[in-house]
Amino acid sequence: MTQKSFHDQHVTQLSPKTEPTPNTQRESLAAEVRKLSFWYGETQALKEITLSIAYRKVTALIGPSGCGKSTLLRSFNRMHDLYAGNRYSGEICLFPENHNLIDLDPFMVRLRIGMVFQKPNPFPKSIFENVAAGLRIQGVQNKKLLSDRVEQALRDAALWEEVKDRLSQSAYGLSGGQQQRLCIARALAPQPEILLLDEPTSALDPIATAKVEDLITEIRHRFTVIIVTHNMQQAARISDFTAYMHLGKLIEFAPTGELFTTPQETLTRDYITGRFG
Amino acid sequence: MVNAEMSQATLPNLTGIVDANRRTDLVMAGIGISVLIVAMSLLAAVVIDLIVGGWPRLINPDFYLNFPSRHPLQAGIVSAWVGTILVMLVTAGIAIPLGVGAGVYLEEYAARNWITDFIEINVSNLAGVPSIIYGLLALGLFIHGFGLGETILTAGLVLALLILPVIIVSTREAIRGIPLDLREAAYGLGADKWQTVRLYVLPAARSGILTGTIVGLARAIGEAAPVITIGALTFIAFLPPSPIQSSPPFINFEWLESPFTIMPIQMFNWVSRPQAEFHINAAAAGVILMLMTLAMNGIAIWLRYHLRRQIR
Repeated sequence: MTQKSFHDQHVTQLSPKTEPTPNTQRESLAAEVRKLSFWYGETQALKEITLSIAYRKVTALIGPSGCGKSTLLRSFNRMHDLYAGNRYSGEICLFPENHNLIDLDPFMVRLRIGMVFQKPNPFPKSIFENVAAGLRIQGVQNKKLLSDRVEQALRDAALWEEVKDRLSQSAYGLSGGQQQRLCIARALAPQPEILLLDEPTSALDPIATAKVEDLITEIRHRFTVIIVTHNMQQAARISDFTAYMHLGKLIEFAPTGELFTTPQETLTRDYITGRFG
Repeated sequence: MVNAEMSQATLPNLTGIVDANRRTDLVMAGIGISVLIVAMSLLAAVVIDLIVGGWPRLINPDFYLNFPSRHPLQAGIVSAWVGTILVMLVTAGIAIPLGVGAGVYLEEYAARNWITDFIEINVSNLAGVPSIIYGLLALGLFIHGFGLGETILTAGLVLALLILPVIIVSTREAIRGIPLDLREAAYGLGADKWQTVRLYVLPAARSGILTGTIVGLARAIGEAAPVITIGALTFIAFLPPSPIQSSPPFINFEWLESPFTIMPIQMFNWVSRPQAEFHINAAAAGVILMLMTLAMNGIAIWLRYHLRRQIR
């Protein structure tokens, strides 16, 4: 209730040009981006992005290369802070506390927000240790808790049946698609508030891609997911909301069905009909 | 029509290019093999010459168990090989933690500014400083400055300094070789810098670090100049106190303060004597020294293989 009233109050402050929050989304938000700008050194990559992330829904970020969708995604767990010369302005508020995660300690933010990268990047360790990595980093020692959470995460990532007999073997023995699902399990094991997926299937074949999409559909009721994708069909298949970005700006944001069937902006229409991008 | 003409014009040309490339490959392979043969046969000649020269002493067990002596046939290398092993223990014990630590700091923690650049340039230059200069430094600092004496500890320290740059540089290179996405994976889970380095970067880099360390130690084991400079004795008729004892606390460190000799110095001493019999001893000692280096490299290869299998 407090979330809603806060949000309604906030919407009135938004710039009149953008109407970022579809009505259907207002009940429950996991996070809200407010006038977020971002600079790589002198280059501005994000320009006053305002966007709501619905609680336990899948939000897709689409747009042509260089539009800033990955940059926006990586802002959510402060990956940019690893490299010198990057700068943010604006807010990404995490609900329910309404903390601006740009002001929080980046290590704290990453404990709460999980990320899966474009290329599968398992650690050179066993399958079990890969999934347990986040919990170990958080100092979890209890063996029972560890193995329960590892199993749950592997089940969530639809990998349990394939690896349950070889948890102690190296993760490098898995296929590319399995490795990516392992990385998803690794991100899920600490039970993050938001799961970030940065083009998680761009390095995978169609069958492995389908498995990843299926598991996203399975976990969407328990996790808030933000996914960056090059593949519009993928966004249409698995997301509840879609944001179209162009040259660092958010052009249009709507429930996925609406955005793909009745885009309001010419740029969006051109992109989804394949005129460019 | 145009296409047909073009393909007819270009096809013979392509065959010519492929043939020429194949010829170049063959020539380069030939050059490579001959260079390899020259290098390997020179090395083999040295080894065979030493083995043949030192054979009468190599097959005599007393050679390994006797102390040096005025009589060439009774002279042995026990104090030299024990000394070499103990000095190398000290060297490794000091150089590995310092070198790996410095490498990790420079690669992961140091801010990119002129101080870091200055340190980096100095580390690289230190690798090229002649070893005898390190000997002079040790003579002035460790012996006259700190009063450590001509002991195993001093020798270990000076050799550790000597190979420190090698270990630092190879640690940095090994760490730099770890892909960025592995680090991002760790940071993405909320790991702090030290967790990332300790749990993911160092384990992935350890085979590279190990290689650099062994290269460094293999250089140190053959060094005579800096150890002569600090005044190692050439005639030692006793062994350092044992590091292990029967009464608590079971280990002692008195051996660190013991006078010593090492294999290269023993060799040097025998080579410089006029009697030909001593030259046989020198050749035999040379074979043993090489075997020690080889053994160290062998351990490194085994460890690397083992660690890699653990990772896979």
